[in-house]
Amino acid sequence: MTTKYSYFPGCSLKGIGRAYEESLLPVFRALGCELEELEDWNCCGATAYMAVDEVKACVLASRNLAMAEQLGHKELLAPCSACYLVLNKTKHYLEDSPAVRGVIQKALAEVNMTYSGQTPVKHPLDVMINNIGLDEIKKRVKRPLTGLKVAPYYGCQIVRPYATFDDQHDPVTMDRLLEAIGCEIVRFPLKTRCCGASLTGTLPEPGLLCAKIILAEALKRGADVIATVCPLCQFNLDGYHHNIEKKWGPHRIPTVYFTQLMGLAFGLGERELGLHRGFIPMKPLPAPAAAGA
Amino acid sequence: MSEQWQPRIVAFFCNWCTYTAADLAGVSRLKYAANTRVIRLMCSGRVDPQFILDALAKGADAVLIGGCHPFDCHYAEGNYKCLRRFQLLKRMLKDMGIEEQRVRLEWISAAEGEKVKRVINEMTETIRALGPLGIPQKFAAWDQEMEAFAAHVEAGEALKTPCSAHAPQQEPAHV
Amino acid sequence: MDKPSKSNIRIGFYVCHCGSNIAAMVDCPAVAKYVETLPNVVLSRDYKYMCSDPGQELIQKDIAEFKLNRVVVASCSPLLHEHTFRGAVEAGGLNPFFFQMVNIREHDSWVHTDKAEATAKAKELARAAVLRVAQHKALEVKKVPIHPDALVVGGGIAGIHAAMTLANAGKKVFLVEREPSIGGHMAKFDKTFPTLDCAACILTPKMSAVGTHPNITLLSYSEVTKLDGYVGNYTVTVKRKPRYIIEDKCTGCQDCIVNCVYKEPKFRDEFNEGLGKRKPVYIPFPQATPQVVAIDPKTCLNFRNGELTNKCKKSCVTACGEKQAIDFNQQETFLDLKVGTIIITTGFQTFDAKRMPQYGYGKYPNVYTALEIERLVNTSGPTGGHVVMRDGKTEPKSIGIIHCVGSRDKKTNRWCSRVCCMYSMKLAHLLKEHTGAEVYSFYIDMRTPGKGYEEFYDKLLEEGVHFIRGRVGEVTDWAMSKEEMEEGKLIIRVEDTLAGYVRRIPFDMVVLATGMEAQSDAQDVRRLFNMSCGSEGFFLERHPKLAPVSTFTEGIFIAGACQGPRDIPDTVAQAGAAAAEALALIDKGHIEQEPNTAYIIEEECCGCKSCLPLCPYTAITFDTGKKKAVINEALCKGCGTCVAACPSGSIVQNLFDDDEIFSEIQGVLAHE
Repeated sequence: MTTKYSYFPGCSLKGIGRAYEESLLPVFRALGCELEELEDWNCCGATAYMAVDEVKACVLASRNLAMAEQLGHKELLAPCSACYLVLNKTKHYLEDSPAVRGVIQKALAEVNMTYSGQTPVKHPLDVMINNIGLDEIKKRVKRPLTGLKVAPYYGCQIVRPYATFDDQHDPVTMDRLLEAIGCEIVRFPLKTRCCGASLTGTLPEPGLLCAKIILAEALKRGADVIATVCPLCQFNLDGYHHNIEKKWGPHRIPTVYFTQLMGLAFGLGERELGLHRGFIPMKPLPAPAAAGA
Repeated sequence: MSEQWQPRIVAFFCNWCTYTAADLAGVSRLKYAANTRVIRLMCSGRVDPQFILDALAKGADAVLIGGCHPFDCHYAEGNYKCLRRFQLLKRMLKDMGIEEQRVRLEWISAAEGEKVKRVINEMTETIRALGPLGIPQKFAAWDQEMEAFAAHVEAGEALKTPCSAHAPQQEPAHV
Repeated sequence: MDKPSKSNIRIGFYVCHCGSNIAAMVDCPAVAKYVETLPNVVLSRDYKYMCSDPGQELIQKDIAEFKLNRVVVASCSPLLHEHTFRGAVEAGGLNPFFFQMVNIREHDSWVHTDKAEATAKAKELARAAVLRVAQHKALEVKKVPIHPDALVVGGGIAGIHAAMTLANAGKKVFLVEREPSIGGHMAKFDKTFPTLDCAACILTPKMSAVGTHPNITLLSYSEVTKLDGYVGNYTVTVKRKPRYIIEDKCTGCQDCIVNCVYKEPKFRDEFNEGLGKRKPVYIPFPQATPQVVAIDPKTCLNFRNGELTNKCKKSCVTACGEKQAIDFNQQETFLDLKVGTIIITTGFQTFDAKRMPQYGYGKYPNVYTALEIERLVNTSGPTGGHVVMRDGKTEPKSIGIIHCVGSRDKKTNRWCSRVCCMYSMKLAHLLKEHTGAEVYSFYIDMRTPGKGYEEFYDKLLEEGVHFIRGRVGEVTDWAMSKEEMEEGKLIIRVEDTLAGYVRRIPFDMVVLATGMEAQSDAQDVRRLFNMSCGSEGFFLERHPKLAPVSTFTEGIFIAGACQGPRDIPDTVAQAGAAAAEALALIDKGHIEQEPNTAYIIEEECCGCKSCLPLCPYTAITFDTGKKKAVINEALCKGCGTCVAACPSGSIVQNLFDDDEIFSEIQGVLAHE
């Protein structure tokens, strides 16, 4: 039986983070879920909008929410942490602030749309743990990633300020998920520490330092790979090795999406999962030679 | 006094939980709308549906009942008895054309001064939006109508029945 | 407007200013002037303080002078002063129930902001009372005898002190404790602040006094499961859990423990917060009262299945010998007690530090709770008072104590637990004394309100304990740099709000000053004893200032940390107060009960039996001869549920009869 979810990819998953989408869709398919992409989605409202005019950002987000409601599936999936946060923030504002609600309703009415606040915005981690469940996931594992040491890195946006499905200070959903597919989780105290992505563009030095700290700690704790849930984190941790190396020496460790690891465990090919797109490649798995590339 | 129309709300609060909660709201100096008049009963189980009907008939725009939370009744289960009657009464009020928001039952524990404030404020807003119930005025209007009708019948009877000896037996209201 | 009545009812009305408490928001003279126009009112006054002696005397004088036969006072909540004014009315020569009170303070002046609206409300409420009081009937107060025995639930320091006070006054007391020994949290403490006298030294004599007092029946390892009756006449059912030891036969020699088939203690020792081990047959701590061992069926081989049972050689039975105190077949038993008054002293639980994962309790072995440290520094604790870390050998060289773990925090518990600042300083002192380590204390605000408490803080400052003002962000084992000696340490990350920057300070050991919260089963206890809980879960007192140890149920009192966080001196003072309240009831011999019971007008009862199943106290029976329902007034508690249900209107509740309530409804609604 397939369960259908509305799906809001956001700009990252179509661009710099396409490996996330490439791995997310087949993994959900393997789990019997279909993601139906919103037909005419627009910018979630993160990035510059949020900083300049919060209400306008919320208006943007609410159009996506309204479309999701129209589509009629029970929940809207937002894999990118920034989208997930902005969409949820908008929902909160709609509930709590009559002023913002008024502006949004008026804006939506201009294009003959309404949003009643019924469709919750969910993160894939939330859906996998709480809707699908670890038992179902374990059943799909064809090639357990035994022996792969993973540093689980959650980033800031899925737990701050709203920690809806996991602990704010010590999230564990991804730990449990990756354990279920056979990975070995290294104890990683920097799970939610800033990756520096919001800085690297404007103030490269502290931004790089943030990334370096995370990479260094993961290496020190013996991790083979860092698993992440956010395209911005993934890019920031994976994309600046050249600059980091110049300043502090090599800190080479791959950073991949948790969905890519799940895909591997489900027996999908590396290329199929977009694993070739990373700057630092993952070492080939020691397991059966079914791997694609 | 503010210019806005002030609904009149009669509240029946149980002595142990809700009345005490309202005292707590006072001690905590919470501020809420001034149009609720509280009548203290020992238990929400004492709330006779007639009290509610009587209050509405005498000009209340709404009635609020406050009792202890389920499992917490000072008298073990008076609040359940209240709930049972309340459900039946609500059906009856609906048939009478009285909006269901006008009669509200809330469980408010002795610690929930904040809830007293919230419920009273909410209810005041809701009833203000609904407008006056005005049953006494309706009664007056009906009485007038009936009087006019009776006068009309009487006049008619007097005109058309030559044999008026039987007429007084026919009460106007019976027609 | 009602027509003036020709009856001989003469009402006196008084509106109280309560200083400015009422008068600031309600125009009292205007209310008095308005009430004067109402039917039957012969006198209407406003006065500054009605509850004062002159105020009460005024009522008495007016009753005589103006031949008043009804009195209405508009002032504060009837829950506060109804009793006072009924007394004044009675002293004036009237039946005390020819009185009605109007609440224009808690329900009016304190909660509204518009004087015109508040005054209008006061007038309507006053009118309701004036109409109502005309319907009042003379009633008689019922006197119920009080059973002289008392029950104390919970054997911590509060329960111990309350039981001792009652017993010393010559009353028989049952003390029920659910653990195998009394002593509660205090027994686990090493020293007590600010005097630093050893907890055991001051508690042990009290515990043994309880154990040997001829007036105290100590029921340890027992729980109250049922409560029936009413003030003065409670029937309490106590479950005695099997400890597999016949208490009377056990001498406390502990030979059974020595000879247990487990040569070494192997199981989690609850008394030592799991830092030590015990055997399946054990005594919780050396000073335990009663000095009786207990067998834990979860770990004792005799209670295990199959092969394990066979491994048990019952060596404890052999060791016990002819004393024959061990009984593996002991069953749960239930005991019914008759008591007149009950004191609840069920105490608190400490906040579960795992609920704040950023502090790493349960993740990093060398993060401790304060209660664990109490055991660690205690000479009779698991390490004999030698402060070592969880590896069992290393002494900490640096220790960080984090205050307010599970206190003053919107995400967990909002309240201040009151004791943590002081006990944290006590532990800082003790840890420094035991180890010579550098000790840091991280606080939000230092709260030291108590005799000698601030002086204790001064002393600690002089001793060189470092105090850093700032709420700790996290405890981590992530070493940022080698230079700072962070490698292998626990790092506390905190904003030092006095220095104005974020610091990382490495420690060997971190101590979490966990706060106090209501017991996890406080809600069950509350229901059992018909009490209320505040929103934070602690039992609710009848009045926060004027009745701090009473509850809304007559004859049931509360004391100690079950009512809110407090330290030992306050707990003991409260326990004494609760005992004194109970004694006042017992020695009076009887209690006057509100005559708000219901009765049946026999000639109007149609015998439909609708009321019978409604009464939770089975006070209503059916007279099959007369085919009428009958209410036993001794059993009736006056809820009025049957009154509301009677289809023929033949049940009347005193003080709340239909006419009284209908006139009140009319009063609040009659248009001006």
